Amino acid sequence: MAVANPTQQNTIFTPFNIVAAIIIAVGLVLTVMRFGLGLGAVTNLDSNNPWGLWIGFDLLTGVALAAGGYTTSAGVYIFGMKKYHSAVRPAILTGFLGYALVPIALLYDVGRPWRLPYPFVIQAGPTSIMFEVAACVALYLTVLFLEFSPAPLEWLGFKKLRNIIVKLTMVLTIFGVILSTLHQSSLGAMYLIAPTKLHPLWYSPYLPLYFFISSIAAGLSMVMFEGALSHHFYKDRIDAHHHSEFDEVTLGFAKAASWVLAGYFALKVIGIALDNEWHLLNTPYGHLFLVELLGFVALPSFLYAIGRREKNLTLIRFTALITVLGIVFNRLNVSLIAFNYNLPADERYFPHWMEIATTLFLITAGVLAFKFIVTHMPIFYDHPDYKDQH
Amino acid sequence: MSVSRRKFLKFLTAAGAGTAAATVGGKKALAQHKHYEGYPGAYGVLHDTTLCVGCRSCEAACNEVNKQPKPDVPFDDLTVLDKKRRTKTNVFTVVNKYEVPGYGPVFRKQQCHHCQEPACASACFVNAFTKTPEGAVIYNPNVCVGCRYCLLACPWSMPAYAYDSAFDPVVVRCTMCHPRLKKGLKPGCVEACPMEALTFGTREDLLKIARERIKKHPDRYIDHIYGENELGGTNWLFLSGVSFDDINLPMNVPHHAPSDLTGGALAVVPAVVGAWPVLLTGVYAINKRKEKIAAKEQKEAVAKAIAETEGKGDEKLKQELEKAQKRAEAETAKAVKKAVAEAEAKFKEEAKESV
Amino acid sequence: MEFFTLQDFMTHAKGMTYLTVVAFLFGFVAYWKFLAGGKDDDD
Repeated sequence: MAVANPTQQNTIFTPFNIVAAIIIAVGLVLTVMRFGLGLGAVTNLDSNNPWGLWIGFDLLTGVALAAGGYTTSAGVYIFGMKKYHSAVRPAILTGFLGYALVPIALLYDVGRPWRLPYPFVIQAGPTSIMFEVAACVALYLTVLFLEFSPAPLEWLGFKKLRNIIVKLTMVLTIFGVILSTLHQSSLGAMYLIAPTKLHPLWYSPYLPLYFFISSIAAGLSMVMFEGALSHHFYKDRIDAHHHSEFDEVTLGFAKAASWVLAGYFALKVIGIALDNEWHLLNTPYGHLFLVELLGFVALPSFLYAIGRREKNLTLIRFTALITVLGIVFNRLNVSLIAFNYNLPADERYFPHWMEIATTLFLITAGVLAFKFIVTHMPIFYDHPDYKDQH
Repeated sequence: MSVSRRKFLKFLTAAGAGTAAATVGGKKALAQHKHYEGYPGAYGVLHDTTLCVGCRSCEAACNEVNKQPKPDVPFDDLTVLDKKRRTKTNVFTVVNKYEVPGYGPVFRKQQCHHCQEPACASACFVNAFTKTPEGAVIYNPNVCVGCRYCLLACPWSMPAYAYDSAFDPVVVRCTMCHPRLKKGLKPGCVEACPMEALTFGTREDLLKIARERIKKHPDRYIDHIYGENELGGTNWLFLSGVSFDDINLPMNVPHHAPSDLTGGALAVVPAVVGAWPVLLTGVYAINKRKEKIAAKEQKEAVAKAIAETEGKGDEKLKQELEKAQKRAEAETAKAVKKAVAEAEAKFKEEAKESV
Repeated sequence: MEFFTLQDFMTHAKGMTYLTVVAFLFGFVAYWKFLAGGKDDDD
């Protein structure tokens, strides 16, 4: 594997870099405003709408889309699907970066960010679902960091430490699955306490189950989607072995995602039956619900199936994008659109442009970190020293 | 069916149902055998909306007692009632006017309901809210992280958050004048009410008073005490002559403690930690064993194949050797013949020369 | 210990549960090592 990057431009003023620089600059200004002037200065949040875009998108959606780490490592290391091994590192990296953004987004969102460790060091509130989410996300971020660490350790040449951590792979994977099961579902469970505020079509005792199952589909789809982008943009960073396995990974993951989405669809319909909410389907919110259920759950499930049967990789990648957008749509529905549905329009929340810009800033920072890591560390290729170790 | 068998089946059914309730999380988790009634003798306030005239005396008293800044619009200006208002960081209570068709205006004071089982306390991950034995729910700003989950959890959206503060934002809500209660005084608003629309007392007494009023004046009140069961009961109770939905007290608030909404999901957490390691390690071990057996079988097959190849090889070698030997013998014979012939020829020649 | 509210009971019980669960999480790792080790770990 060549270490030099032949596609590296001579100029740093590429369109991507210019846009990224502008977003980062604006983000830094907004960061100063947020921490210097308070939440009120940059957000549209109020006492009726305490959670906005930063929770709905950065936290709920971010965590769901970062589920590729635990789904892939569980598939490979626990369920023995070794032929997908080359997908593990990119998935772990995406997961790690996704989860790393969570505490950063929370620093912006909570009123007193310097107190974030309080539930664990000062006073615990174990009846809160959020306590469980905070504990699991903190632990899982640590697990992901350890799972990811062989890559930078190989890059830096710390062989001994790298080998110790690789020996822990199984324990880390199992811990990762436990912690992910818990906090993915608990993110949905956080809304169980507000049955009067969340629209009944989205409120269900199954909320934790919905969030968990859909996170699996989201994780698988993100691995396919992000992989397709990486294989397009980082052709030169990907070795033949990873390249040849990727199509097989895509086909296998499409099959899994289709099946998982089918189960998710069934559970959503069962939830409607359980609460006897059929009559709500033919209301404006019902139509929104049907768009989500049919357009972003049933349709991608079916398209994945077609893609797998016809071995149509383009269709599969397009479907992965639909699934990802569907997860974004679902999380925003629960947290913002169908939440506080009974408040009059003038008391509803819509994000301030500065909230949107801050979110873009965090995503851009994540993408830049991803770029740096895949161009420097053995993610899409095996490090020459450890080529035969899997 | 024998009695013991029937008993056994019954036991099985009960055990199955119990397990299902514990894992899936029925309305009541198994451990909660006890029903909690709240602190005995806890205080509360009964707000009779049929007596309230919207004079805002309670708002003024609240402002005074809690030493808050005076608002721009004075408290005797009643035009503010034309607009819907809510509690704020410097306004613990507001009176809103609801125009109910066919009935006329209804005034309702709003403030923290001081739940028996507070949703804010259940939601708080640093346990910043405390239900006091006096009945008031109080808040500890020294541990609050500012996640605002309490605002989301409250069915009446009563807590307000200080979004404008960068360095010490707090959650603010009515304290039922907890410091005054401790001194044996009534809450400021109750003392100020000129219409006796607010009655202070123990929750038990207030429920009796409320029932009495409904019984005496069935035409004046609808037969429901809002807060008797809402969210497992609240220490502020409401009486009304119109549907509570019309005065922004939603009737769809569950009639049980918020812990019952989240308890099921919370009960699954330890179950997952107990079951997943066993399940996942089991799957892993099964897969590993399968691989091992497959590897062993492969190894054996390879060994057998090699042995077979070796066997065949021996045979071939023997044949080859025999062939080679025969060839060698034939060649030796040929060479001998040739040598003999040559020798004979030589001998004949020599004989010729000597003649 | 006597509790007057479900909230206080749950705070206590869930707190204990969390501690128990963390202990088991690490206990499982240790026990599996014990179980899978021994004289002949070739099964």
